[in-house]
Amino acid sequence: MSTVFIALQANEETRPIIEAIEIDNPLAVVNRQPAMVKIDAPNRLVIRKETIEEQIGREFDLQELHINLITLGGNVTEDDDSLTLSWAE
Amino acid sequence: MDMKVAKKKLGLKEKYRLMTRDLGWEPTYRAKDEVFPYVNYEGIKVHDWDKWEDPFRLTMDSYWKYQAEKERKFYAIIDAHAQNNGHLNITDARYLSALKIFLQAISPGEYAAHKGFARVGREFPGVGTQVACQMQAIDEIRHAQTQIHALSNYNKYYDGFHAFADARDRIWYTSVARSFFDDAMSAGPFEFMIAIGFSFEYVLTNLLFVPFMSGAAYNGDMATVTFGFSAQSDEARHMTLGLECIKFMLEQDPDNLPIVQGWLDKWFWRGFRVLGLVSTMMDYMLPKRVMSWREAWEIYGVENGGALFKDLARYGIRPPKGWDDAEKAIDHMSHQFMLGLYQWSFGTSFHSWIPSDEDMDWLSAKYPTTFDKYYRPRWDHIRKLAAAGTPFKNFGLAKLCQTCQLPVVFTEPDDATMSCHRETEYKGEKYHFCSDGCQHIFDNEPEKYVQAWLPMPSLFQELDGDIGAWMNWVSLRDGEDNGDYSGSRDQRNFDQWRGMATSNT
Amino acid sequence: MTVAAIKEYVGVPRDRVENFNGKQLVYVSWDHHLLFAAPFLLCLAPQTSFRELVEGPLTALVQPDPDSAAIDWTKVEWLKSNQPWMPDFERSLADNGIGHKDQIRMRTPGLASLSAAA
Repeated sequence: MSTVFIALQANEETRPIIEAIEIDNPLAVVNRQPAMVKIDAPNRLVIRKETIEEQIGREFDLQELHINLITLGGNVTEDDDSLTLSWAE
Repeated sequence: MDMKVAKKKLGLKEKYRLMTRDLGWEPTYRAKDEVFPYVNYEGIKVHDWDKWEDPFRLTMDSYWKYQAEKERKFYAIIDAHAQNNGHLNITDARYLSALKIFLQAISPGEYAAHKGFARVGREFPGVGTQVACQMQAIDEIRHAQTQIHALSNYNKYYDGFHAFADARDRIWYTSVARSFFDDAMSAGPFEFMIAIGFSFEYVLTNLLFVPFMSGAAYNGDMATVTFGFSAQSDEARHMTLGLECIKFMLEQDPDNLPIVQGWLDKWFWRGFRVLGLVSTMMDYMLPKRVMSWREAWEIYGVENGGALFKDLARYGIRPPKGWDDAEKAIDHMSHQFMLGLYQWSFGTSFHSWIPSDEDMDWLSAKYPTTFDKYYRPRWDHIRKLAAAGTPFKNFGLAKLCQTCQLPVVFTEPDDATMSCHRETEYKGEKYHFCSDGCQHIFDNEPEKYVQAWLPMPSLFQELDGDIGAWMNWVSLRDGEDNGDYSGSRDQRNFDQWRGMATSNT
Repeated sequence: MTVAAIKEYVGVPRDRVENFNGKQLVYVSWDHHLLFAAPFLLCLAPQTSFRELVEGPLTALVQPDPDSAAIDWTKVEWLKSNQPWMPDFERSLADNGIGHKDQIRMRTPGLASLSAAA
């Protein structure tokens, strides 16, 4: 098992995104550090557009993530509906 | 009546295809080799450039939109910082030393990366690659500019910021970062991508930007947090580009594997040495610390780097050659650097200091196997010398490593009491190194590294060892920019202004 | 190995002895005495005697170490290029075979005030 992760700035825009990530990834662990939030997950983490939209109550383009993204670890796969981080098992 | 038909929004994949592949063309009146003359000589074989895909599928139109948004956020905070005495809200003016090192050594690296990506974006034939490199070239110049702009607020009040461009070109410790980028920029386009895009961005920048910037937040420095995280939001894309590049090379042809592995070995060690300074910034220069260098290495080196190399094992890649030596150095390097910076502080355009009892207790808790055994006795003795009115200054200057250009402050991987002595002879000249890693790099390309401009020997070649003349040449104001923090003008000003800000007298 | 390049690639060393105005570089370090963060870089005339090197810059530079007063210079063990070696204090650097950029190490068994046992 390897850990994938994504780190986002801690702010009002990312709060619902982090909640969406927690909903979609029950194994994810959220670490809150000064000014940032780092989310770790075993092997795979998925970020879904639809879940984020339910949290924020408006349309969300997944590329908006770039604005508050700090760093990530894992191979990235992105399409219109989701962004997945993974390591080969 | 004409009905206005709503245009269907393009899907991400289709848009990416239109905005990259469809912007390329096949040359007709010149051979492709003439248009892209630098893409073959490194020996990397590519059969199909269209296999290169940016996993984020970011296109230039979206790029401008999101970057503009980042800039707006950045300047809102920079303005607030300047308007609200941000320079007094930091925990302690000692912290500024970390920013001075950053400005003198790292921001110019961002500019160098900009030049490098602008060049390789032109040299690669693939359109997806060209677009990604173009974005990264613009990102890197944005980073250099926003960092310089953010830190210019501190230059109005504190010493050591005023001549960062001269420091970049001339002062001894900045030649470490400069030679790293010069080495990368004088390599071919594929090696450049491994050097900066993969080793530096993917394997190492997390250690530079993430815990350190989080540390800046902890120390009340909003300006730095903001440029740090604003830059780092681009780094996620850069890392992904670096990883994509390495997978692309490995998938295109099995003959690429040994070349790529050699570059990984080289650039991991080059990057590890440059980042050594960051270990000191984290362990010694943040008055309030989020985590130790060791703890950051566990997360971003061992865990994330380990996961990455495990993932790449499917292509035949093994962890870089210097990986084990790096691990052995982790509990020593920040102490070895800080001891050096303190004794040579007459020649640094930032302040250093003797750690307090509280600092030393923190260091021994974070480094239980090394700090009390090896480093506390030296600090205790240095403190005694200072108390006796004979503060320790080492005017011996230092032997520098021919490859990484750092003073040879490092010890044998398995004996922390023995300085690491490595030397070789090439075409009748002697060369010295700080480690096996740096010696291997030299042995592989001696013609490149014999040309190194080493600042300490140059002081004797060009200025006959005259330190005063050297200070003028590097724009270092003796008694203001350099020396111990204790008793410095930065310390006096910070204490006085902070007092004025919190009272009416 | 050679540098991958599109044409012949030859580097010119920057710090050859002729660039030092008649002097040369010598590196000196004291084993197990890491109060001094790196080996010392000295720039001296090749005619300098070894005694002048020791009693001049070297004695001054090692002075901050608590062991410095206890050094018996007649008993110091020397290495040059990491090999045991015996200098003649009265002869010059050149006559002692100390070339440009040579690294000299000194060992003082029994003196280790600031050094942990390895």
